Amino acid sequence: MAPLYYSLTTEEQNVSLTILSKTAFQDFVARLLPDYRVVGPVPHDIGYSFEEIHDPSELQMGYPTTILPPKKWLLPTKETLFKFTRVNGGVIEDPPETPPTVILGVHTCDLHAIQLLDTVFSSGQYDIHYMERRKKTLIISIECLAPCDEHSFCKDMGTLTADEGYDLHLTDLGDAYAVDVGTQAGAELLQKYSSSTTATKEEIQKLNAVISAKWPKFSYRLDFDVSELSSIMELSMKSPLWEELGNRCLACGSCTNVCPTCFCFDVKDEVELDLVTGQRVRNWDSCQLDDFATVAGGHNFRASRALRQRHRFMRKGKYILDAHKHLGCVGCGRCARACLVDITPVSTFNELYRQQEAGSH
Amino acid sequence: MVAIASYPQTKTVTSTDRDIYAPEMGTIIDIRPLTALEKVFTIQLPKGRSLGHRPGQFMEVSVFGIGEAPISISSSPSRSNGTFELCVRKVGDVTTALHNLKVGDKVGLRGPFGRGFPYENFRGKDILFAPGGLGLAPLRSLINQVLDERNLYGRVIILYGARNPGELLFKDELKAWSERDDVELMLTVDRGDETWTGNVGVITTLFKYVSIYPRNTVAITCGPPVMYRFVLMEFFGKGISEGNIYLSLERKMKCGVGKCGHCQINNVYACQSGPVFPYKEIKGLEEAL
Repeated sequence: MAPLYYSLTTEEQNVSLTILSKTAFQDFVARLLPDYRVVGPVPHDIGYSFEEIHDPSELQMGYPTTILPPKKWLLPTKETLFKFTRVNGGVIEDPPETPPTVILGVHTCDLHAIQLLDTVFSSGQYDIHYMERRKKTLIISIECLAPCDEHSFCKDMGTLTADEGYDLHLTDLGDAYAVDVGTQAGAELLQKYSSSTTATKEEIQKLNAVISAKWPKFSYRLDFDVSELSSIMELSMKSPLWEELGNRCLACGSCTNVCPTCFCFDVKDEVELDLVTGQRVRNWDSCQLDDFATVAGGHNFRASRALRQRHRFMRKGKYILDAHKHLGCVGCGRCARACLVDITPVSTFNELYRQQEAGSH
Repeated sequence: MVAIASYPQTKTVTSTDRDIYAPEMGTIIDIRPLTALEKVFTIQLPKGRSLGHRPGQFMEVSVFGIGEAPISISSSPSRSNGTFELCVRKVGDVTTALHNLKVGDKVGLRGPFGRGFPYENFRGKDILFAPGGLGLAPLRSLINQVLDERNLYGRVIILYGARNPGELLFKDELKAWSERDDVELMLTVDRGDETWTGNVGVITTLFKYVSIYPRNTVAITCGPPVMYRFVLMEFFGKGISEGNIYLSLERKMKCGVGKCGHCQINNVYACQSGPVFPYKEIKGLEEAL
């Protein structure tokens, strides 16, 4: 985990803790640029987004949240699965390769989400497209020192920090970053591209102070412990809440589009104007859209918005946990920010809990 | 919600250097029109390789430039000879494109996918098949498997319903089955025509003509979504136990490999845990029937 407490005696110091001054960090990023596609949080008029940068000054590491999660660099909104030529029935060729990539400034909620995606795409049927991209990606995460906004509930979901899933993990000490090394690849990156120093006793004390100051700034927003979520969901299949959410839901798919753990997709063919060459692509899809579960014959197996909202929350609170041992919701709050009719996971989970406590269904 | 205990979602990782979305090419070696909307395609794999499927499994079939669609395998493993058959209803973009192909044309193939029928467990038992409409396409794979090892099973009873006589599939085989004395075949149509002399009514109207020994009978159904709960009532009415009832469920299996999410029945990916389910496994799933 990102260091909560470090020993203050030098002989017990965590040897993996190093320090990058803010200037040294800028230099580090600048040195990565020729060898890596570097992605990080960049400000825009309407918020922040993870974008490819070409200069360290574009980065804003102290961002609150991004509109889309960093997922889009591992599971792109649209990607080519293969190219084809419609000659003699079809000849297929591999999609273009992904360049080696460093994603900077990943919050720990998104880090947890990426660990789920890694599990989904590497277990069962191995998804070579996601995994090849993942293998070429180094993740440099950053410890959140204050909640993004009122929609965050990472503390409830246990994603307020992370003890794995990163190559390097930064904690902002004001004029420098404390760098926790998570993997050998991270150590090599740091060694090759940065002029980091070993943390001094004073810096370790500062890290302790920063981390200690962080915890109380985040509040609990769920009325129950997250370990109960799965059983609350299991007992909520017939809750009247789904009908209520269905009546409000616009079936726009915004919630799933901004979700760091949603991974459902659509597959379709695109043909060039020559009508001979083309590509099979996969696009993000949403279980909230009307025809998501409609078969060719016309039957829609999840025809109502109520059932689709139920499906979404069941996945977030139970199905994904059961299947992959990672929660399907990491408390980032993006869906709550994106929803036009204020359907939020916190209010939904709390209401289901309240109904069960009241025995109202 | 029930756990699919006997068939957990596979955690065994498949080969890490194979692209699960890349089809291989098969060749259409025969096309047989069945009705105005359905054709049977006989397909050969590269190098005459056997498909190695189980009755009830499905393929993802590609026409490049149009797309990919899940199609159940209609032929039995017992008759593979390096080929297999797909019975395709012309109903969407991909199936319309398939209908426009000719003998010798190639199609993209992935599969076989999913869980088929555990027919080895049916040996020694009577089998009651109740396909409706296009539901005969996947069940034909199992029926022919059973008929090709006929002496291993008890009675073979087939109750088959279609909307009208023109939509009955595999009429030549229906005729051959009706002429066998070891197959009990009954047909019905929702609406007859001037030539139809058989039963008129939905498939459930046939059950009153059948008497079975429920403790030794396996009942199997596949058909349009509306049909299942009514046929189930008939199965229960015959005293068949939940563990001896098998359903093949249609869903939108887009990827076939348990990722894309379109085929989910609650927490169950139909493309992986199905499309064939024992009823006892899905009776607790709100979205199953």
